[in-house]
Amino acid sequence: MANDLLTCLRAVTDSRIGLERAGGSLTTRDWLALRAAHAAARDAIHATSGQPDIPPPVLYVHSRCQDRQQYLLRPDLGRRLADDTELPAGPFDVALVVADGLSPLAVAHHAGPLVGALRNLLAEAQLTVSPVIQVSQGRVAIGDEIGERLQARLVVLLIGERPGLSAADSLGVYLTYAPRVGRTDAERNCISNIRSGGLDIALAARRTMALVQAALARQLTGVELKESAQTLTAPTARLAESAAAPPQAE
Amino acid sequence: MPSTPTLKTLLAHASPLRSGDVLAGVAANTEQQRVRAQMELADVPLRRFLSEAVIPYEDDEVTRLIIDAHDAAAFAPIGHLTVGGFRDWLLSPSANATTLAALAPGLMPEIVAAVSKLMRVQDLVLAASKCRVVTQFRNTLGLAGRFATRIQPNHPTDDPRGILASTIDGLLLGAGDAVIGVNPVAEDVGSVSTILHLLDRFRQQYEIPTQICVLAHVTTQQRAMDGGAPVDLLFQSIGGTEALNRSFGVSLSLLDEAWQQTLELRRGTVGDNVTYFETGQGSALSANAHHGIDQQTLEARAYAVARRYRPLLVNTVVGFIGPEYLYNGKQITRAGLEDHFCGKLLGLPMGCDVCFTNHAEADFDDLDTLLTLLATAGCNYVMGVPGGDDTMLSYQSTSFHDALYVRQLLGLKPAPEFEEWLTREPEREWRMIS
Repeated sequence: MANDLLTCLRAVTDSRIGLERAGGSLTTRDWLALRAAHAAARDAIHATSGQPDIPPPVLYVHSRCQDRQQYLLRPDLGRRLADDTELPAGPFDVALVVADGLSPLAVAHHAGPLVGALRNLLAEAQLTVSPVIQVSQGRVAIGDEIGERLQARLVVLLIGERPGLSAADSLGVYLTYAPRVGRTDAERNCISNIRSGGLDIALAARRTMALVQAALARQLTGVELKESAQTLTAPTARLAESAAAPPQAE
Repeated sequence: MPSTPTLKTLLAHASPLRSGDVLAGVAANTEQQRVRAQMELADVPLRRFLSEAVIPYEDDEVTRLIIDAHDAAAFAPIGHLTVGGFRDWLLSPSANATTLAALAPGLMPEIVAAVSKLMRVQDLVLAASKCRVVTQFRNTLGLAGRFATRIQPNHPTDDPRGILASTIDGLLLGAGDAVIGVNPVAEDVGSVSTILHLLDRFRQQYEIPTQICVLAHVTTQQRAMDGGAPVDLLFQSIGGTEALNRSFGVSLSLLDEAWQQTLELRRGTVGDNVTYFETGQGSALSANAHHGIDQQTLEARAYAVARRYRPLLVNTVVGFIGPEYLYNGKQITRAGLEDHFCGKLLGLPMGCDVCFTNHAEADFDDLDTLLTLLATAGCNYVMGVPGGDDTMLSYQSTSFHDALYVRQLLGLKPAPEFEEWLTREPEREWRMIS
């Protein structure tokens, strides 16, 4: 490919285009770069260290999954709390939950700052907020059981999204009004791709807060609740609303 | 004396181990129970499948389609066989491209699923390699000695320039004869129509003998057609039960209507295969629409839906769904070969999205293994993703380079019309549409 054309094409996409060939195959450099990106994603999924720095009050709980392998094989167990879990008595306006999901790395990198920003905005709005319930081996729907038991009007759940090759530490936020076990994904709203180079923490917090207020006012979340255009000011906003986003965390 | 198990139970217990069947609670509990079920299944007469539906006729329109469309005359030559006898026949010289093509309308999905459960990898490869399914739109796909690719130029924000950049990259590496097919981020009619017009103008400008598809919901594509958008191929994800198709927002009557609308555009130049379907094991369980049937049998039933519409392309997206359905490279590999075999036997132009997600226990070595096996099995086409990294769907699939590897290794060529185009103008000038 001519160099000027290649430069022009590369400027408009992050896809791996214009790769040189060794025969017909990837060159050593490009092949190892691909493998390195996959290795980073694998390590992010199986990361065990690196707890987020979330100021108290924080309560640590577990799903019914015994380990990572069971988490991957049994999504049903990752959606329920371990039998002996004790939670504080509610009620709260908002339950705040942080789950490791498929990227403990995302939680370690971004959950602390995002919880801090959200707590400030929720306090300004004079809403009562639960302690942060931090779940290990948790999936999105575990927020339903937690929110129900906390008697929360709304659950806001932060979760590590399935790592891709371009980002292994992307965080998602899911909002579910009137949480109870058995809610479907169509009854949630999602903000995705929160990471360095994606949606930044401050904007993610403002967009979450706008959804919190809309959800409490209209008493619903899900497909009938849309974000207003004013809050979607980042270039990544459209990506963040992609239909493909929710299953990446689920 | 224990009662005779139903076909549904026997099929599930005989299915080689995969996580989705365990999750559904339908798998055999032990390896020995699995093999006993395979032995019992081997002795089942094929005729039993004609009278015992895995989902009742009254309850499911896919069952009704399977039974109503069954061609008894085509089935007659193998009507005396058991499932095990059918496997032996498939591996014998009596099974060849001609006899298999004649047999296809006489086969039911549950029959091909059953026989696949008795087969090892080499059987799945050899039997499938005997099938030849040729389809046409603006070029001819599925001929012997040919291996096609879909350019999948997805972009995380549907940026037209980004989509074109990946498309050009693919064409320069000889990909794109199966289809240039975009998975859109935005599902609205306006965005979908914009991409269709963009790629159609591009195709016409460079006189590329291939077809364009934007893989939106079928009703979105219908609205795009209503508005005059150039829809070459009608796409839809489908499954093997009425309930699963309902979860996809489709039914046979809706697909019938959309198919007719697409046919009436008469955009094909060498043929009128105007549909493109994607499937994948596990989707029924994930939609709670599985009826207690194993995921591989359900996948084969999806092919009965596909063949009603004489598709140009069908591919199983084998490694996308995640480890709770196909846990590792071994399960993904087996599933890809089963799907290819079952689809081909039923007369479908099978391709495969050979792929994996980052939370599956699989890597590029597993991808290479399945790709190589499928190519030797005569797979019609695979995906072509720049560098194997889909930055929109966040998974790894086969790259343009991977397709070049297969073509080199096995001496395979692109579709003839496309091959001619590739060599027509070596000094072709590419202009960016800004």
